[in-house]
Amino acid sequence: MGMDQSAILEASALVLAKALHNGEIASRDICQAFLDAAEQGDSEVGAFLKLDRDAVLASADASDKRRASGEELSPLDGVPVAIKDNIAIEGESLSCASKILGEFKSPYTGTVAGKLLSAGMIPFGRLNMDEFAMGSSTENSAFQKTRNPWNTEHAPGGSSGGSAAAVASRFCPWTLGSDTGGSIRQPAAFCGVVGLKPTYGRVSRFGLVAFASSLDQIGPLGRSVEDVATLLDVISGHDPYDSTSYPEDLEPASVQLHMPHEPGTLGMPKEYFGEGIDPEVSKHMEAVADAYRDLGYTIKEISLPHTELAVPTYYIIATAEASSNLSRFDGIRYTHRSTEGKDAIDLYYQSRGEGFGPEVKRRVILGSYVLSSGYYDAYYKRAQQVRTLIRNDFLNAFKEVDAILTPTTPTPAFKIGEKTEDPISMYLADIFTISVNLAGLPAVSMPCGLTDDRLPVGFQLIGQPFEEGRMLQIAQAYESAHPFKEQPEIASKA
Amino acid sequence: MQERPEVDIEKLAMLSRIQLTEAEKEAYSAQLSDILGFFQKLQEVDVEGIRPMAHPFEVEPDLREDVAAEPWKAERSLSNAPASRDNQVVVPKVVEDA
Repeated sequence: MGMDQSAILEASALVLAKALHNGEIASRDICQAFLDAAEQGDSEVGAFLKLDRDAVLASADASDKRRASGEELSPLDGVPVAIKDNIAIEGESLSCASKILGEFKSPYTGTVAGKLLSAGMIPFGRLNMDEFAMGSSTENSAFQKTRNPWNTEHAPGGSSGGSAAAVASRFCPWTLGSDTGGSIRQPAAFCGVVGLKPTYGRVSRFGLVAFASSLDQIGPLGRSVEDVATLLDVISGHDPYDSTSYPEDLEPASVQLHMPHEPGTLGMPKEYFGEGIDPEVSKHMEAVADAYRDLGYTIKEISLPHTELAVPTYYIIATAEASSNLSRFDGIRYTHRSTEGKDAIDLYYQSRGEGFGPEVKRRVILGSYVLSSGYYDAYYKRAQQVRTLIRNDFLNAFKEVDAILTPTTPTPAFKIGEKTEDPISMYLADIFTISVNLAGLPAVSMPCGLTDDRLPVGFQLIGQPFEEGRMLQIAQAYESAHPFKEQPEIASKA
Repeated sequence: MQERPEVDIEKLAMLSRIQLTEAEKEAYSAQLSDILGFFQKLQEVDVEGIRPMAHPFEVEPDLREDVAAEPWKAERSLSNAPASRDNQVVVPKVVEDA
């Protein structure tokens, strides 16, 4: 066999696909290497809620059999992918890290997971997250904490903390997360991996448990731009089961990545570089801007004047949508049911009171407030109007620049427990990522170095609607010139 | 100092259909009041004539043809039900005795 365990763990997903194609390795070898790494290291990290060795190896054997008879389903047949526990696959858990869904098993496979299975990819366990994707540290999981693989006293970010930590720890070559306000990009930055939030509508939401329907998107996390572009292309496309899915055919991002292109103009919004930014993050951002200048890009200061309104606007819209979406968890049809309910109505109260964790309760209640009679215009409608202003800021900026360059987060990964008592300070951890969801734009977080304490720093590129290909060309230009070669100790121990 | 709006936590718990403990009521009242205070900066924005935005892209909802399809079998729909009988969800009694 051509690759030993450490070579497998270090390989990109595309290198593994190529090795499978060339017959240098079997899917079983790949899956075994990652299973061994995860079983050895995840007691320290806590990325997985579930990982069933026998099920993974059975899928791998089926893939190897297909390939041996020349019937592979796609070039990615046999490559494992770990999935956040809010993306539906029939017969698998779909807990959203919530007690209210506890032992729920999905009765159907959603569109994105269906595309992975149709490509022959191996579902590789269920990843931890903040309950219902509400949070920025994965501390809101009802089941376990996930730790940052670079320093286990620190949070991995969230809500897709398991998705980012698993990639950084080399437990899986790539993963899927979901991003409503930064939930892919912020943990990607905290864990030193690449994380992509697609344009709203590029990827179907059918089979993604809804948090805030006008903001949610599923997206890939991986260790290289080419990997995330490839996984994006697998999961993209119009879906008749999602009425907000974009109906036109789009150029595959991984194809566009290889097309010739010229350096362009990047805008750095002055509002993103004010007070509150960690000095080491600023230092790395200067280096990134210099790197782009060296590559022939023009860096231009721009203004996104409504930036400071993004956090309150987001938390009004997201909680309003959440309070509506989460009303389906009622204790009646398919959730935890309390034994305390005095009657059918009381059963709702008791089941939801027992089943939801503190942050989910806080947000559902807040959403009820902003939608309630007498407050609707002052909060919800006004937030929707400000959302228009925020989107217009971006559309104006894109008249002069190809993409926007910002830090992904104001600070490196904070410590576990540091922000749990102060919801507003936790909400502000998303300050550079949430405008992108309000405007529906694509964005990618790229690792660009470590702090003196060896915590990763990420920068964000924001692209124009449905221009993931162009945005990733720009990301890859940086990656080629400044590859991120560091890895956490836990990954090199395997 | 930002204005801290009053929060009627009993009413909000009712609207949300969530049973809260006394400790939760106290904690959430204070936190929600802080968060709503933090939201006040939106009240200073001039939004006159600005269209509210419900979705990122204004495309007509793309509806499927109205074609009959095979529905799920009851057992599948009920596979996660906390209590079921005769292909139906069992709930506490909702009708008063006559």
